[in-house]
Amino acid sequence: MSVPRAVVEKSKGLRAWLLQDVPDSITQARVQRFYLAWLTFRRNPIAMTGFLIIASLVVMAAFAPLLTATSGLEPQLEDRLQSASAEHWFGTDGLGRDIYDRIVWGSRITLYIVGLVGIIVVPVGLVVGTLAGYVGGAVDTVLMRITDIFLAFPRLILALALVAALGPGLENAVLAIALTTWSPYARIARAEALTIRNSEFIMAAKVQGASTGGILFRHVMPLCISSVIVRLTLDMAGIILTAAGLGFLGLGAQPPTPEWGAMISTGRQYLLDQWWIPTVPGIAIFVVSLGFNLLGDGLRDVLDPKSAE
Amino acid sequence: MAEAASARQQAAGPSVSSAPLSTLKAFAGLLSSLLLTFIGLTAITFVIGRVMPADPVLAVVGDRAPQEVYDQVYQAMGLDRPLYDQYWRYLTQLVQGDLGTSIMTARPVMDDILRFFPATLELATIATLLGIFLGIPMGVLAAVHHGRWPDHFVRIFGLLGYSVPVFWLGMVGLLIFYANLGWVAGPGRLDVFYDDIVPSVTGVILIDAALEGEWEIFWNAVSHLILPAAILGTFALAYIARMTRSFMLDQLNQEYVLTARVKGMSERRVIWRHAFRNVQVQLITIIGLTYASLLEGSVLTETVFSWPGIGQYITRSLFNADMNAVLGGTIVVGVCFVGINLFSDLLYKLVDPRAR
Amino acid sequence: MDDAPLLIVEDLHVSFDTPKGVVDAVRGVSFELGREKLGIVGESGSGKSQTGRALLGLLAARGHARAKRVEFDGIDLLRADERTMRTIRGDRISMIMQDPKYSLNPVMTVGKQIEEAYLVHTKASRKQARERTLAMLEAVRIRDPRRVYGAYPHEVSGGMGQRIMIAMMMIPQPDIIIADEPTSALDVTVQLQVLAILDDMVSQNGMGLIFISHDLNLVASFCDRVLIMYAGQVMEVRNADDLQNAEHPYTRGLMSCLPQVGDRGRELAVLTRDAAWIDYQGGSSD
Repeated sequence: MSVPRAVVEKSKGLRAWLLQDVPDSITQARVQRFYLAWLTFRRNPIAMTGFLIIASLVVMAAFAPLLTATSGLEPQLEDRLQSASAEHWFGTDGLGRDIYDRIVWGSRITLYIVGLVGIIVVPVGLVVGTLAGYVGGAVDTVLMRITDIFLAFPRLILALALVAALGPGLENAVLAIALTTWSPYARIARAEALTIRNSEFIMAAKVQGASTGGILFRHVMPLCISSVIVRLTLDMAGIILTAAGLGFLGLGAQPPTPEWGAMISTGRQYLLDQWWIPTVPGIAIFVVSLGFNLLGDGLRDVLDPKSAE
Repeated sequence: MAEAASARQQAAGPSVSSAPLSTLKAFAGLLSSLLLTFIGLTAITFVIGRVMPADPVLAVVGDRAPQEVYDQVYQAMGLDRPLYDQYWRYLTQLVQGDLGTSIMTARPVMDDILRFFPATLELATIATLLGIFLGIPMGVLAAVHHGRWPDHFVRIFGLLGYSVPVFWLGMVGLLIFYANLGWVAGPGRLDVFYDDIVPSVTGVILIDAALEGEWEIFWNAVSHLILPAAILGTFALAYIARMTRSFMLDQLNQEYVLTARVKGMSERRVIWRHAFRNVQVQLITIIGLTYASLLEGSVLTETVFSWPGIGQYITRSLFNADMNAVLGGTIVVGVCFVGINLFSDLLYKLVDPRAR
Repeated sequence: MDDAPLLIVEDLHVSFDTPKGVVDAVRGVSFELGREKLGIVGESGSGKSQTGRALLGLLAARGHARAKRVEFDGIDLLRADERTMRTIRGDRISMIMQDPKYSLNPVMTVGKQIEEAYLVHTKASRKQARERTLAMLEAVRIRDPRRVYGAYPHEVSGGMGQRIMIAMMMIPQPDIIIADEPTSALDVTVQLQVLAILDDMVSQNGMGLIFISHDLNLVASFCDRVLIMYAGQVMEVRNADDLQNAEHPYTRGLMSCLPQVGDRGRELAVLTRDAAWIDYQGGSSD
C-alpha cells in the first residue's frame, strides 16, 4: 500500500524537526526533549511492558461495563465454587459470583485508590516541601521535623492503627495510606525549592512585588511538580500493595465491594480445594504492581541515562 | 597510626575536632533525633487513641464493659483533664513501659508484646540474612554484567520479588509446598504435638530447643520456619539485590574505577576492592531498612502462617477492638523501626571516612 | 637514548553507539610518540580524550576502536587480549586523570592506593611497598609523606591530589604516560608546580608523555610537539616552538584567539569555524 508522497515528506519533515541538533524555540526544545525521552523509553522493552500493563488496566477500568456480564456483586448460590469454564473464565467464588467480573470491576477500585492517594499526597507534599525549602529558617525546621516523623513511621502499622481508630472502610484506608506516604514528596519538593529559590527569575518576581504565596504557587511549585510525579509513579506499586494488605486484613473496602485484597481474604478459606478463588485476585495485584514498577523503572532510566547504560 | 592521627590533628589545625569528639557529636545528634521522633510517634498514637475515636474509653474497654470498669478507666485516662496534661501522663506511662492493659488477655500489654516479639524477630532475622547472603552477590553480578543476561535475570527477579504481594505469595507457597508437595510443615511455629515442651528461655524456639538438646523439636521448628522465612526472604533478597545493583552501577561509572583499571588491576579486584568497598557503606542503610520493613511486613505474613508474632498480635487485637493492645504494639514496632534506622545511620557515619 | 618511537598510531577510529545513532569521536588519527612530550590540543568533543583511552583499551561502554596499527613495543594494543593489556596498563603505559576528587578512591587511604599500583606489577613485601610509596611521595615534593600516606583523598587539596596521582601512576615506572587534562581542575599557581613535577619525572626517566588539553598556551609552553585536533581528526602537527608558522586555518584561528600581553585595545578575535574542516583529510604526523 503506497502512502501519498505529501504525507511521506511531511513525516520526514517532522522527524527532522524533532531530531534537529539545535532547536529554534523553547517549544521545540521541550517537544524534542519529550520525543527523545520517548525514544529512549521505547528502546527499553521492560518499560514498554509496564506501560502496556498500566494502559490495559486503565482500559479495563474505563470499559468495565462492556467487558463484564454481571456487576460481580450479586450472590448466585447455585453457581458457587465452580472452576474455570467457558462461562466463568476464572470460575466463581464462595457466593457464586463470577471472579472475572469481580476482577474487572475491582480494577476501578484499584485506580480509585491510587488516584485518591495521589490527589492527596502530591498537593500536601508540594505545599509543605516548597514552603519549607523556599521560606527556610524556623518554618523549614519545624516542617521537616514533622515530615521526618511521618517518614520514620512504619507504613502498614500506622495505617492499621488509624483504621482501628476510624473504623474500616475504603476512604479510611486511603487516608491512612496517604498519611504514611506523603513525606518523601515533601522532601523532594523541598530539595527542588532550595535549588530554585536563589534563581534570578524568582528575584525578578520579588522585585515586581509578588507575594510569597504568589511566588510559591506560580513559580516554584510548577517546577517541582515533575519530580514529585515521577516519584509518585515509582511509589504506586507500593501503594497498591499496602492497600491490598489492608484489604486482606479486612480493613479496606468492605464486602461486597470487589477490592482485590479483600477478595483474597474472603477466599482464603477455600485455598485448599478451590485454589483459584484467593489466587486469581493475587495475580491481578501482582501484575498491576509489576506494571507500575516496570513503568517507574523505565521512567527513571529515561531521566537518568547513566543508570540505564 | 596514632602518630598519624595526632599529626593529622596538628596539621589540620584547631578547626577540626578529633575523632572521638566527632563520634560523640554524631551520637548525641542521633540521640536527640531519636528523642524527637519518639515524641512525634507517641503524639501520633496519642491522637489516634484519644482524639480520633468518638469515645476513647469505649475504644479501650470495649462496648460490653460494665459501668464501673468504664468509670475506672475514665479516671485512669484522666479524660476530664486538658489534652496536654493527658499527653504528659500518657508519655510518662509509656516511658515506664506501661502500655495499658489488654481487654483480650487482661494482662499488661507490655507483657504480651514481650511474649510475642521473639517470634517476629526470629523470622525477620533469618529472612534478612537470606537477603544479605544471596542478594548482595546477585546485585554485584548483575551490575558487573550490565546489559547481559545475568543482569536481566536479576532485574526481573528483583522486580518480581518487589511487586508480589507478600501475603499472597505466602498463601500460594502454603498451597504448593505444604498442601500439595508436603515438603514443609504448615502454619504455626510448631506442630501442636510439640507445643510447650521446651521451656521458653529466649523465646526463639530454635535456640531454646538446641539448648535442651531436643533435636526433634528443633527440626520441626525449622520445617515450620522455612516457608515463611523464604517468602519474606524473597522480598528482602529482591530489594537488597536491586539496591546493590543500583549502587554498584553507580560506582562502576566513577572515575576512580577507571584509575584502578589503568593501574592494571584484575577486574575482580576492581569490582570488590574498589567499587564494592564504596557500596558497603550504603548497604548498611539498606540492610537496616530491610530489617525494619520486614518487621513491619510481618503483620501480613504472620496472619497467613498463623505465626504467633507481634504482627498477629496487633491484627487480632484490632479485630477484638482492643485499642490499648493495638496502640501498644504500634508504638513498640514504631520504636524498633525508628531505632533500627537511626542505628544504621550511626553505623554509616562511623564507617564512612568521608562522614567523619 | 634510542630514537625508535615508543608508540605508533596509524588511522585510529573510535565510535560510540548512542540512541540517536553511531557517533564517530575519533576519525583517522595517526601520530608517533618518542621519548618526548607530545601535546594533543582540542576543544570539547574533538576526540582527544578518547584517543588516550583507546590506547589503553579503556573506552566507555558502547565504544569501539579500530585502527590500521597501534603498536607499542611490538604489541598491537587494539588486538591484544585482556591479560596482556593488564600487564601493560600501569606498568608500561599509565594515565593521569583530571580531577583527583573523583579519580581517587574515596574510601581508601592515599598510601594504600599508591602501594596497590606498585604491588600489582611487582612481587614485593608490604614493607618494601610502603617504603617505595613514601619515597614517591617525597619525589612529588609532598612535605609530610607519612601524614599524607595515612590520609583519605578528601582530606588533601587539589594540587596535592594530583601529585598523589602522579606518584601513583609513576611508581611502576611506565614507558609512556598519558596525562588527560591534568591541570584543568587546579588553580593557576598550583598548575605550574604540578607541571614542573611532571616535567622532572618524565625527563629523568626518559618517558614519553602524551599531554591532552584544551589549553593551547599551556601545551605550547610545556610540550615539545603539538597535535591539534578538531572534530575527531588531526588538523596539524607542529613543534611547539614553531606554532606561529602554523598553516591550518583552525590552528591559526586558535592562536589569534589567545590574548597577548602588550596588546593594547585590540578586540579579541573569535574563532569562526569552517564547515569544511570536518571533512578535512590529512593531518598525519611526520
